[in-house]
Amino acid sequence: MAMKSTNQKAWFFVLPVVVLVAFNALIPLMTVVNYSVQETFGNNVFFFEGVKWFEDVLHSERFHASLLRQLSFTGIILVIEIPLGVAIALTMPQKGFWVSVCLVLMALPLLIPWNVVGAMWNIFALPDIGLLGRMINGIGIDYNFTQDPTAAWFTTILMDVWHWTSLVVLLAYAGLRSIPEAYYQAAKIDGAGSWAVFRHIQLPKMKRVLTIAILLRFMDSFMIYTEPFVLTGGGPGNATTFLSIDLVKIALGQFDLGPAAAMSLIYFLIVLLLCWVFYTLMMKDEDQ
Amino acid sequence: MSMITLKDIRHSYLPSPVDDVDWALKEMSVEWRDGGAYALLGPSGCGKTTLLNIISGLLSPSEGEVWFGDHNVTNEPADTRNIAQVFQFPVVYDTMTVYDNLAFPLRNRGIDETVIDKRVREIGAMLDLSDTLEKRASGLTADGKQKISLGRGLVREDVNVIMFDEPLTVIDPHLKWVLRSKLKELHQRVGATMIYVTHDQTEALTFADQVVVMHDGTVVQIGTPVELFERPQHTFVGHFIGSPGMNVLPCGIDNGKAIFAGQTIQTVDPISDNRQGCTEIGVRPEFVSFDDDGIPVNVVKSIDIGRFRIVEVRHDEVSIKLLVPEGKDIPADGAFVSFDAAHTRVYIDGWMAGAN
Repeated sequence: MAMKSTNQKAWFFVLPVVVLVAFNALIPLMTVVNYSVQETFGNNVFFFEGVKWFEDVLHSERFHASLLRQLSFTGIILVIEIPLGVAIALTMPQKGFWVSVCLVLMALPLLIPWNVVGAMWNIFALPDIGLLGRMINGIGIDYNFTQDPTAAWFTTILMDVWHWTSLVVLLAYAGLRSIPEAYYQAAKIDGAGSWAVFRHIQLPKMKRVLTIAILLRFMDSFMIYTEPFVLTGGGPGNATTFLSIDLVKIALGQFDLGPAAAMSLIYFLIVLLLCWVFYTLMMKDEDQ
Repeated sequence: MSMITLKDIRHSYLPSPVDDVDWALKEMSVEWRDGGAYALLGPSGCGKTTLLNIISGLLSPSEGEVWFGDHNVTNEPADTRNIAQVFQFPVVYDTMTVYDNLAFPLRNRGIDETVIDKRVREIGAMLDLSDTLEKRASGLTADGKQKISLGRGLVREDVNVIMFDEPLTVIDPHLKWVLRSKLKELHQRVGATMIYVTHDQTEALTFADQVVVMHDGTVVQIGTPVELFERPQHTFVGHFIGSPGMNVLPCGIDNGKAIFAGQTIQTVDPISDNRQGCTEIGVRPEFVSFDDDGIPVNVVKSIDIGRFRIVEVRHDEVSIKLLVPEGKDIPADGAFVSFDAAHTRVYIDGWMAGAN
């Protein structure tokens, strides 16, 4: 009996964490759940609607289009940033003065506030006054990201690659540096070429950090808002309206709280599901 | 298969070495007989690994030449030298099976798959890895992984020399013995030269026919375990090999005789060496005994190690260790010790008088 009362006291120790999690995650999330099943016309009057909003969102062509845009964007930047990041990490010096120079240069884009990144690229890519825009038009390509959807996509992706490839580089570089010299020596003696060294030593040893890099880049890019909002505002038309931009339009622009709440929850579950799929796939043959 | 000759090798990790201490490896010429089992023994940081990497081609020496037989390989990279190396920490290719690990060096050299298969299974059997060939290499224990490292060297039929860089460091004590006997057995079966780097004298003395003792970037002595024990060329060898190590006692020289504690000490040979310098007597604890007269000492302490007791005695401030067999008494106060003249030598500046 004495044992039991001792155990009960332990709850007091976890109480701060419970309160913290409740306020920063649980309560906001439940508010969203609450909105997602109700309809309001203002004046703080709510009517219960059941799962109607969820059905609406899942059948909405607008949501399908945003989701497809979001998946394409995330897919494209992952396909570019991960191999590019690994390639840059492989070419970076292993020791000496240039290591710190490279690391600082790599870290710079990560330190710039996101809306500044958007603003920088907006000006940089403007066809009439921007350096990049002028140059592209100068070589005879008709480029205007404020009017042409292809140009808008190109610019958004270029901006994201510029902003975030460094993160992959830094993680991959850390992974590479942790490989003991003996592996390279053994490979040399075994007559392995540089491709074999990459395929059988460097890549397997980088696997864990690359898993983290892919997960981080997936989550961040899937929830991207600030940079494209500042760069293109989701346009031209809806060309670069990704999920979170669309969500804000519905929630704050049209003030449709119910549908926006339902969409948030669906959005959240998609991120959760895809993260789980990625993680499971990449860790599948670990510890065998 | 051929003899390995190091000619006037010297190595420094600094771009422009000036001082003696800048050289990780001081000038040396060493010959390694084809098919020999060598141990490279010395304390940490004495240049063992540097020397090993120069032979394997992972490092190119600042000065001097490396010859395999009548072929100068100084500028050849590691993969064309036909050498194999087992590292301190097991190196296996994690994503491959044990089979693929063993096949890797052969596949890189473009050898036919049927030949590879035969060879891999043969080596697998030799190393008792047959049952695990299809398993992932990363799942094996440390000793299994070290066997794979060794196997990747053995699969190549043309291999000249297999080098081991403290290969038993991460192996459980009870498996060290098993793996060491396996190595000895393999050496007899394969016949390749083996060079085994270690700082553990037991490993060195049980594995090797010839032990190369290194100290401070120099080879101090090359010899059989018995030679190292009975005729240490340098006080370092005497002290490093044997447990406890050789007693090294400061002495004077008068008329070709060693003087210690005011007494003339009988040594192996009369001292004909004219070198001036710091003179010392070297005598192993095995060859010191209590006597009725001789050097007066006080007994300081005694440790029972089973068949013997290690007794530490003192004359003035000089401590002398001796072994007393089980059952023999240790005298109380007023004891005397004497040295066995046949095993007592004089060293000048560390080197045996009369030797080099």
